[in-house]
Amino acid sequence: MNDVPVAAPRPLVELTIDGQTVRVSEGSTILDACRQEGINTPTLCWAENLTPVNVCRVCVVEVENSRVLVPSCARQAEDGMVVSTDSERVRTSRRMVYELLASSVELDRASAEVKDWMVHYGADPSRMGDKAEIATVAQPPKVQDDLYVRDYERCILCYKCVEACGEDAQHTFAIATAGRGFGAHISTEFDVSLPDSACVYCGNCIGVCPTGALVFKTEHDMREEGTWDEEAQHVSTTVCTFCGVGCNLELHVQDERIVKVTSPADHSVTHGHLCIKGRFGWRHAQPDG
Amino acid sequence: MPDLRFGDAEPTAAEREAVDAVVGDLGPVVVAEGERLVYAGHSRTRERRHLLLPALHAVQRASGWISPGGLDYACRQLEVPPAEAWGVATFYHLFTHEPPEAADTVHVCDDVACRPLGAVGLIDDLRAAGHHAKASPCLGQCERGPAVLVQRTGDADLTVAPGGVDEVAVAISSRDSTPSTPAPQAGSPDLALLARVGVVDPESLDDYRAHGGYTALGAALAMGPDRVIEEVTTAGLSGRGGAAFPTGLKWRGVADQQGRPRHLVCNADESEPGTFKDRVVMESDPFSLVEAMTIAGTAIGAEQGWLYIRGEYPVATARLRNAIDAARAAGLLGDDVAGSGRRFDIDLRSGAGAYICGEETALFNSIEGFRGEPRNKPPFPTTHGLFGEPTAINNVETLVNVLPIVLGGGAAYAATGTERSPGTRLFCLSGRVASPGVYEHEFGITLRGVLEAAGGVVGADEPHAVLLGGAAGFFVRSEQLDLPLTLEDTRAAGVSLGSGVVMVFGEEDDMVDTVRRVAEFFRDESCGQCVPCRVGTIRQEEVLARLRDDASLDDERDLLDDLAAVMRDASICGLGQTAAGAVRSALDLGLLEGSR
Amino acid sequence: MWAVDPRRSASAKFADVWLGIDVGTDIALAHGVAREIIAAGLVNREFVDRATTGFDEFADYVDEWTLERTEEVTGVPAAAIREMAHAYATAPTAQILWTLGITEHHTGVDNVLSLCNLALLTGHVGRWGSGLCPLRGQNNVQGGGDMGALPNKLPGFQDVEDDAARAKFEAAWGTSIPAANGWNLTQMFEAMGRDELKALWVIGENPVDSEADANHARALMERLDVMVVQDVFMTRTAEMADVVLPAALGWAESDGTVTNSERRVQRTRAAVPPPGQARQEIDIVAALAEHMGATDWGRPTAEELWDELRPLSPMHTGMSWARIEEEGGIQWPCPEEEHPGSPFLHGRLWENPVGGRPAPFSCIPWQPPVDELSEEFPLRLTTGRALDSYNTGVQTDKYNSPIRTGEALDMSAADASALGVEAGERVQVSSRRGSIEMTVAIDATLQKGLAFTTFHFPELADVNKLTSDAHDPKAGTAEFKAAAIRVDKLETLVDA
Repeated sequence: MNDVPVAAPRPLVELTIDGQTVRVSEGSTILDACRQEGINTPTLCWAENLTPVNVCRVCVVEVENSRVLVPSCARQAEDGMVVSTDSERVRTSRRMVYELLASSVELDRASAEVKDWMVHYGADPSRMGDKAEIATVAQPPKVQDDLYVRDYERCILCYKCVEACGEDAQHTFAIATAGRGFGAHISTEFDVSLPDSACVYCGNCIGVCPTGALVFKTEHDMREEGTWDEEAQHVSTTVCTFCGVGCNLELHVQDERIVKVTSPADHSVTHGHLCIKGRFGWRHAQPDG
Repeated sequence: MPDLRFGDAEPTAAEREAVDAVVGDLGPVVVAEGERLVYAGHSRTRERRHLLLPALHAVQRASGWISPGGLDYACRQLEVPPAEAWGVATFYHLFTHEPPEAADTVHVCDDVACRPLGAVGLIDDLRAAGHHAKASPCLGQCERGPAVLVQRTGDADLTVAPGGVDEVAVAISSRDSTPSTPAPQAGSPDLALLARVGVVDPESLDDYRAHGGYTALGAALAMGPDRVIEEVTTAGLSGRGGAAFPTGLKWRGVADQQGRPRHLVCNADESEPGTFKDRVVMESDPFSLVEAMTIAGTAIGAEQGWLYIRGEYPVATARLRNAIDAARAAGLLGDDVAGSGRRFDIDLRSGAGAYICGEETALFNSIEGFRGEPRNKPPFPTTHGLFGEPTAINNVETLVNVLPIVLGGGAAYAATGTERSPGTRLFCLSGRVASPGVYEHEFGITLRGVLEAAGGVVGADEPHAVLLGGAAGFFVRSEQLDLPLTLEDTRAAGVSLGSGVVMVFGEEDDMVDTVRRVAEFFRDESCGQCVPCRVGTIRQEEVLARLRDDASLDDERDLLDDLAAVMRDASICGLGQTAAGAVRSALDLGLLEGSR
Repeated sequence: MWAVDPRRSASAKFADVWLGIDVGTDIALAHGVAREIIAAGLVNREFVDRATTGFDEFADYVDEWTLERTEEVTGVPAAAIREMAHAYATAPTAQILWTLGITEHHTGVDNVLSLCNLALLTGHVGRWGSGLCPLRGQNNVQGGGDMGALPNKLPGFQDVEDDAARAKFEAAWGTSIPAANGWNLTQMFEAMGRDELKALWVIGENPVDSEADANHARALMERLDVMVVQDVFMTRTAEMADVVLPAALGWAESDGTVTNSERRVQRTRAAVPPPGQARQEIDIVAALAEHMGATDWGRPTAEELWDELRPLSPMHTGMSWARIEEEGGIQWPCPEEEHPGSPFLHGRLWENPVGGRPAPFSCIPWQPPVDELSEEFPLRLTTGRALDSYNTGVQTDKYNSPIRTGEALDMSAADASALGVEAGERVQVSSRRGSIEMTVAIDATLQKGLAFTTFHFPELADVNKLTSDAHDPKAGTAEFKAAAIRVDKLETLVDA
């Protein structure tokens, strides 16, 4: 049978992180090295199935002889690098990133990890002023069809949805960042509704959104009704029924009903990405649709 | 390219014609040869994407806004996803996204230099006179404010400086910008960079040659690329854009990337508030920049040069276009530069109102047809620059220094200025000085010397405060007047020469409002990509607005400190990293104590 | 990327070059490309000499397919065919991927063989980044074949007519297996017509809607003595059945495995319980077996059935249930537990000397579609799918897709204007087999003479009343892709 050709093993580089010597293969990022060493590092805009855009800056670390902090998710580890992940400068910047975000964006539906890190760094967004008097991205959710809800007051502008819609997965380019500065936002052209855009409803944007800004309409409606209960949900991994690609589906089930579908980012077939049928075509598994 | 979805809106005939002119000989991405054969695809799309920004300019100029039909037509020709094109179009101040209120939009600079000169009142007056007037960040006419840019539909834009209701009306009816004003030192024999400014006819290649033009290119071609880079290295020339990176080292790095297409980019996106030196050179001696770019390009082995000029400089843009065309017609650009057998040509690209595009990697993205968002570094432009290819990027002032270096030799150049800051430097004097304008001085002159050369401070012996280096620089006060202006001395003093801005404020100027305007500038000009800068700049501006409105400085000091720290340490690029510098210096110097 | 498709499909828009081939001329194009590769001296001689047989004969056979003749038959400009031939032959690696546009023809198998010829000429097979790949339209087409759900195969693609293979299974199963191949789908319908097939057990298929020439298929099913339908929905086929066995959904209500297009065996897992009286398919089959007198089947789990398979099917032997779980799927062949699985096949062709039998070139004739265009039926209708829908729509009509446009007959602007019909107009569409009403849509990218529709909404437009049941003699697949139709304005018909 065919042997899988294996590339020559990549040479190792040796660096120091928080005083410890760490060896990683060339091309690894500082974040990879931190994870290898079990050094917990917060991330928001990083995802294993997307190209790093390093815009959230919550993963910054201090590198000796570097004037400014560097994003660990994008910066490659180099021989002889001396890295601190918990210096005063790092802690201040990470805390401030959380404070800046939480003062302008609703983070109530962000992952538990986000909340834990905010506690860890002692982030206090109220220092920025009364939310009614300072700039925020508050706005009503966009509900334009039966599948998606785009709730941009929860958007931290991590660019993940843009990447998943574009070059990193779907190549549909229905959405992009528009505007500038604090007014920068995710938009279709001329803010046309999603059904009037190029959107093909793959839901890959929902799949990568870290803060609940992009959600299944099912989830949005259940949250509005107060019936959404992640504790009561279980997840089964299975294979999509609609074509021969073999995408893995994670069916999130609450009260014997599928309430949303995700896909494992580490699976080699599609790295967490699906099409409209896989993401939303499950209604036939429910007697009342 | 992908299965794009375009809109239904039709372009106007003018939009269609304007976009077709941009797409030009390359032709649209999708080419159908009969019913059975269509050429398209990623490589054809990639080759044309850099035409998006010119195409958007064409639509804006044709219709006075980025109309759905015009945007859609540009997208169809270039196979750009409409959402991405919208993202690009909404990135720039000079593109509008709603039908125009009037055929002309009158942009009035209300930034730090023009503000004390009555800019805010001028906006009201222009509106009262029926104009569609908008406040604008610095328009680079600080020596003759308040500055006005008239953006016209279907016609060339106009600069009016100083601007007034009558002056704007005259400019529009005559279709003429205010003539360039000569540099105060014009004609002085001591000038190296400004020698021809105000002396030579900026529209005449012959006159340029009569004043010594194109002798440096001949010398450089005779020396060969390696010698040119050696002389520039020996000269100790460093970048004049603010970072002061050694130019020879940068060129060597690009020249060493043999076998890959290489680019020379001239950063003429001079947008730092208070800065206008490059504009003066480009308006009054445009051929010198074309010649310097040709020397630089042939030295590093680039066949293509790109001149990216800010969109608010209509006069400089027109003169440079003329200079490039004249040089090409004379065989000084093109497939065989001055008979050397080398190919080098220059493509001029206009910005559209975005300070961030002066950041080198943002500038690359802007040329490439993407949003002008800075890239993460490393990798650096020397290996991964424009289109991901090796690129030397230098600003205008840096490049024109190459002419005296090539002609006089690197060693002679290195003997001027100071040991660690050789050469001369252009300073942009504005505010409360007797003779504002661009001045050329050897490195090492003190701030006091610079002020004296400009006729001294108006109405006082010493300035109340000086903004040194621009909005990304620092405020200094009288105790710094004897600071020698060199790279090393300013660095030691914790300040920076930046882009050579020396903006003088008197006791009568409202410093709290000035500092708040600096903060507002960064808030408006942040690209929005990274959190520290996107949210940090708006929070900083909010604090300063609170200080103006009676908040206690003591209550806000910690927050200002933390905002400064996160922006400086964790922002992607220099904009965020310097966005708190001037504010912090004002705080440290007590300039905010007098807040009302 | 080159796209060859009668329509400029969404995928074709990604391509560097799109060739708008005439429906049913795939073999002609392949032969034209082959001849050009040979004539231009771009054959990978070393590979051909070592790993193939029949080259000389093949070269003679395709010699008549000059670029000019190929253009004449396929409609694709000769220069573009030449460009594609050179691009394919000179690429360091190259793949040919196809879907049902190649297989749903009466020459489906030959279409595939003609593409195999190109890979053999150039050596673009059996190596990383090169090869031939059918993109399967359903999640377990491959797995069905793997498990022996073919009339001529036992599990693991072992031949029914191979005595040794049969003996192995007979020993394991303690029963005898008929020694002759069974009928494929088309042959079953033919047997219904001869009244040789009187009882039918339909599992998870909706032939009433999905068979070509639907009127004819339905008439044949009416002749059956008994029809049992086992399905997750009350389909139109189930409505015709004598007995309906409600089954659990394979992908969300059952444990088991499926095999994707790249031969990757993956686990399905039950997430929700089946509704009402629906039962696991394994249970249904076992219970029926019990009624038929098999007393020792019990109620096996999916894992127990898998373990029964492994020793019998060498390509699955190395895939333990635990490994499939852990590794997230394994590609066959995987003959032993230490084997990593096989990302591609036919690597043996690169061994020196070649491992096993060399690969033969196939000399195959081009034949136009059976349903010929004529003055009466001048338009070529080809069918396909839309992104958000699936086959006859029974699974996908349950969710509200914002991109669903419904069923329409896509026509070229030229044909529509020649007929005087407009977008949105209802028209009568007829083939030699039947006639339905449809709504017209204009597709500016369609070539003149070509019409297209999906078949997801049989209750709105019974498209398969139009399609041809001409079929491939080897695979039994019907020629869905090539029907001859006419379009009439409704008022014209009334006037007449």
